[in-house]
Amino acid sequence: MKNNLCELTLVEAKNKLENKEISSFELVESFFKQIKKVDTKIKSYLTLDESALEKAKECDQRRKRGEEKKLLGIPYAVKDVLSTKNLRTTASDKILENHHPLYDATVVDRINKEGAIVLGKTNCDPFAFGCSTENSAFGPTRNPWDLKRVPGGSSGGSAAAVAADECVFALGTDTGGSIRQPAAFCNIVGLKPTYGVFSRYGLLAMASSFDCPGPMTKTVEDAKLIFNVIQGKDSLDATSSEETLTRKTKLRIGLPKEYYSFGIDLEIKKSVIQAAKTLEKNGFSLEEVSLPYTKYGIAVYYILVPSEISSNMARYDGIRYGQERKSFSDEVKRRIMLGTYALSAGYYDAFYLKASKVRAIISQDFKNAFKKVDLLLSPVSPTPPFEIGEKFSDPLQMYLEDILTVNMNLAGIPSLAIPCGFTKAGLPIGMQIAGPRFAEESIFLVGKTYQELTSWHKEKPKL
Amino acid sequence: MAKLTRKAVLHVAKLANLKLSESEIVRFGSQLTNVLDYFENLLKVEVKNVPPLFSPVKQKNIFRDDKIRPSLSQSEALSNSKSVYCGYFKVKAILDEK
Repeated sequence: MKNNLCELTLVEAKNKLENKEISSFELVESFFKQIKKVDTKIKSYLTLDESALEKAKECDQRRKRGEEKKLLGIPYAVKDVLSTKNLRTTASDKILENHHPLYDATVVDRINKEGAIVLGKTNCDPFAFGCSTENSAFGPTRNPWDLKRVPGGSSGGSAAAVAADECVFALGTDTGGSIRQPAAFCNIVGLKPTYGVFSRYGLLAMASSFDCPGPMTKTVEDAKLIFNVIQGKDSLDATSSEETLTRKTKLRIGLPKEYYSFGIDLEIKKSVIQAAKTLEKNGFSLEEVSLPYTKYGIAVYYILVPSEISSNMARYDGIRYGQERKSFSDEVKRRIMLGTYALSAGYYDAFYLKASKVRAIISQDFKNAFKKVDLLLSPVSPTPPFEIGEKFSDPLQMYLEDILTVNMNLAGIPSLAIPCGFTKAGLPIGMQIAGPRFAEESIFLVGKTYQELTSWHKEKPKL
Repeated sequence: MAKLTRKAVLHVAKLANLKLSESEIVRFGSQLTNVLDYFENLLKVEVKNVPPLFSPVKQKNIFRDDKIRPSLSQSEALSNSKSVYCGYFKVKAILDEK
């Protein structure tokens, strides 16, 4: 029996609510207590929804009346780039400091329709531009495992909130690693789904051909539950998909050799290889594979994504909503400039078009690998969580942090980050399992098996 | 690649509708030069006969019936704006009087 309700996983909390061992009111109340206790240090939340306690009471009434919903009375947190109706949504940038969306993002709407309750909005890099949450106009979030260090980003607030037991689960978004890298840095689970499986409607657009909302949870089982609630065609997002998910039983796992080079931290490499061996002993075959174009991913990503950003950010004109464009954060201005340059007359062919062609080659790299193996196992981040301020003044160094995650976004394939160890200094290490488009079921199977065999995900930070 | 000149920074900022401060012009100039230098890595990749990939999905021409659905009221649509006049969005003049 866990002594603290806040430590419950989603599946545990759901069972206890359904068995009437606890009420939703008690659950929400304990989270507000936990937030009050730890969030002055961690700073996961930008906005709390005061009405959550009232909603919890209503959920308890609904349950008494016999209503059955998959997430009835479960409190969760939402990254501040996902629109929440009438609840302040800032994208962690001053330009939207007082913005109150008029509708819910589809992912939020689908979760709420199953009875879940939004506790509040979590901090991130402005408009999700960054990988440390340090760019936020409202100050950085801190890593619950070491308050001197970053929680990763851009979904750093969501990751820290899950790790510090400030919510049952959270939603994040992943354009180049923004769910997986903070999940790895905070010892939680994070899924970047297949592009198109989750609707992007109501997500404040960063790069429309890359953006993926996704769940950040305490276990793989929890991520799977949320995945099933959210996935599927949405008439409000033309790129959302109707294709059905595939599932294989006998799975071959590939270790892409390039993902173990690039000066990856040795402790991280060792932990991920150890995890691979654990899986091998339990019925999954291992094979080394090669993705030779991996090293070009960062250059392609940081041409194409800022290009899409420069176009998407044109809507912030300070007229219909938000402040004037001069109030954009530095990183936002930097990426708008970079994208505008890459798309401008005389440079389009050399930058945007060339990068789009290399994107096709990188996507083919994955297709070739998936002819030999079913899934790919690799580290998530080349380094453990770094110190706040360490890379802040050098954007290129910060961009290189994404080297192991951006390629999945270029190809639009799913990848799941899972805890797989700690460094000697006690910092979390994560691995990722990627698969072909729509292979989430197989990925969950491997992830769930791994968590049954190990207990890394059960470790908690001392706060 | 050559350094991103002050003139080039100002040109891009104009295209992007951004007003930069003096310190931003200097800072962004050098930071973006570093990033553009890094992009030179792509010169090594042969892309002859490779069609570009603009999106991971192949769907095209997604249509829906043109039916009237509930939409925002006028007051809702204006509710997040700082510049409203008599139920309209107020915008700056586009043409200057000379």
